[in-house]
Amino acid sequence: MRRVAWLVPALYILFVLAPIYWLLNMSFKNTNEILGSFTLWPRDFTLENYRKIFTDPTWYGGYLNSLAYVAMNTVLSVVVSLPAAYAFSRYRFLGDKHLFFWLLTNRMAPAAVFALPFFQLYSAIGLFDTRLAVALAHCLFNIPLAVWILEGFMSGVPKELDETAFVDGYPFWRFFLRIFLPTIRSGIGVAAFFCFMFSWVELLLAKTLTSVDAKPIAATMTRTASTSGYELGLLAAAGALTIVPGAFVIYFVRNYIAKGFALGRV
Amino acid sequence: MSDRTPNQKAWWLVLPVVVLVAFNAVVPLMTVVNYSVQETFGDNVFFFEGVKWFREVLHSERFRLSLQRQLLFTGLVLAIQLPLGVAIALAMPRKGPWVSVNLVLMAMPLLIPWNVVGAMWNILALPDIGLLGHTLNHLGFDYNYTRQPVAAWATLVAMDVWHWTSLVVLLAYAGLSAIPDAYYQAARIDGASGWAVFRFIQLPKMKRVLTIAVLLRFMDSFNIYTEPIVLTGGGPGNATTLLSIDLVKVALGQFDLGPAAAMSLVYFLIILLLSWVFYTTMTKGEVQ
Repeated sequence: MRRVAWLVPALYILFVLAPIYWLLNMSFKNTNEILGSFTLWPRDFTLENYRKIFTDPTWYGGYLNSLAYVAMNTVLSVVVSLPAAYAFSRYRFLGDKHLFFWLLTNRMAPAAVFALPFFQLYSAIGLFDTRLAVALAHCLFNIPLAVWILEGFMSGVPKELDETAFVDGYPFWRFFLRIFLPTIRSGIGVAAFFCFMFSWVELLLAKTLTSVDAKPIAATMTRTASTSGYELGLLAAAGALTIVPGAFVIYFVRNYIAKGFALGRV
Repeated sequence: MSDRTPNQKAWWLVLPVVVLVAFNAVVPLMTVVNYSVQETFGDNVFFFEGVKWFREVLHSERFRLSLQRQLLFTGLVLAIQLPLGVAIALAMPRKGPWVSVNLVLMAMPLLIPWNVVGAMWNILALPDIGLLGHTLNHLGFDYNYTRQPVAAWATLVAMDVWHWTSLVVLLAYAGLSAIPDAYYQAARIDGASGWAVFRFIQLPKMKRVLTIAVLLRFMDSFNIYTEPIVLTGGGPGNATTLLSIDLVKVALGQFDLGPAAAMSLVYFLIILLLSWVFYTTMTKGEVQ
């Protein structure tokens, strides 16, 4: 039984990789080959699709926009969530449990519900079509998640650490920045990873809040699909490139991902 | 959260979070509530309508059908992803170099933008030139997800299984790695069967992470929008028009703000209610 067990994850990984392989396969073909025949690998191997993306500013600009607002959102979410998670893990205060639950309810809100009001809100304050607007909007679901994960990690740190530091005369912020944060650095890594992930994959709000200047790569793709016919090769190449940042990030946190949710409190 | 010091000043620490989330949550939510009780004919002129839209949504055939499709979809993906995810986690190696290889490869679908996931499956399932579509038709199945509702549903569910099962695997695996070796040794001495080990050691130890898995998968599958809109566009006909898709059609397609807002609120309340039911049933009997 145990001897054939490796087959299960192996088959699953095959299933996971098949659509990714097909996307890569398409991205190296020209339009004639894609539409003309069914081929398991590119016969006329071409980098033309990728060349177009890297030379056309509307394409690579989309990547820069996406990376910019994802980075802003990740930093913002983690920085404001750190003190909040500390408060939830160490102190009892008026309405703490309700506040925690209210935060989590925002993780449940369907983005479709908020699309139109978000457009109006961000237009009213003059942030429409800026990277900052998307970074702020994604806080809606990333802050609750970051607080949830960080609170779990912080509660795993014994309270004696705080008490000893305060007895030794450390002021709060010095203790928090110099001693406490380094002890939960893997938790910060996990929270940042999940913020990056959910901001990078979200499209509905990002698309609603931008039109030209801050348009994310995913929106560039959908608009290309509808305007310039169906350039499958180009779309496949653009899609394949969106996998790169995620794969890069996941490699760095591979030993921590599994822990991230496990330590979060339900 | 046990054994905490009472300290009202802690509010200062949570204040930035509250301000940021409230800005994004309360203002839009109040906008939705505002629309849900009014009628407009354009030009920013609004009339108070009371609960008219709510009554309309709750009695509408269309909403009922979308809700049924949504419940079917969420039920199907939960019923497949949870057992499958747990089975894969159980079969994975506990240590050694293969662990990170497995985790990194499995986590790939989680980090792909949702519209790319839809586009990817679109390309994969094209009946003439897609790997999946071509193979199925080659094997003699009549498969075309743009015309057959059953094929569209199968493709949609397969896509979601591909997209999210890894999350269940990661969580279940995290739960399993937290079980000390001594438990397994004790079970071996007692001569416990594989099933007994699973039922009395592994499953109870995974309960906490599985609760998180059920909640996250429930919320996210109930909110799904981008992937089906790219893959099937809600079609053929309305066969795969799930709640979010229908909502966006009403709000942005027909610009019926009142009914769309009432529908949003009903939708949000259903998610809150079901999440609460899941949470309380799964944590029942636990000491708080």
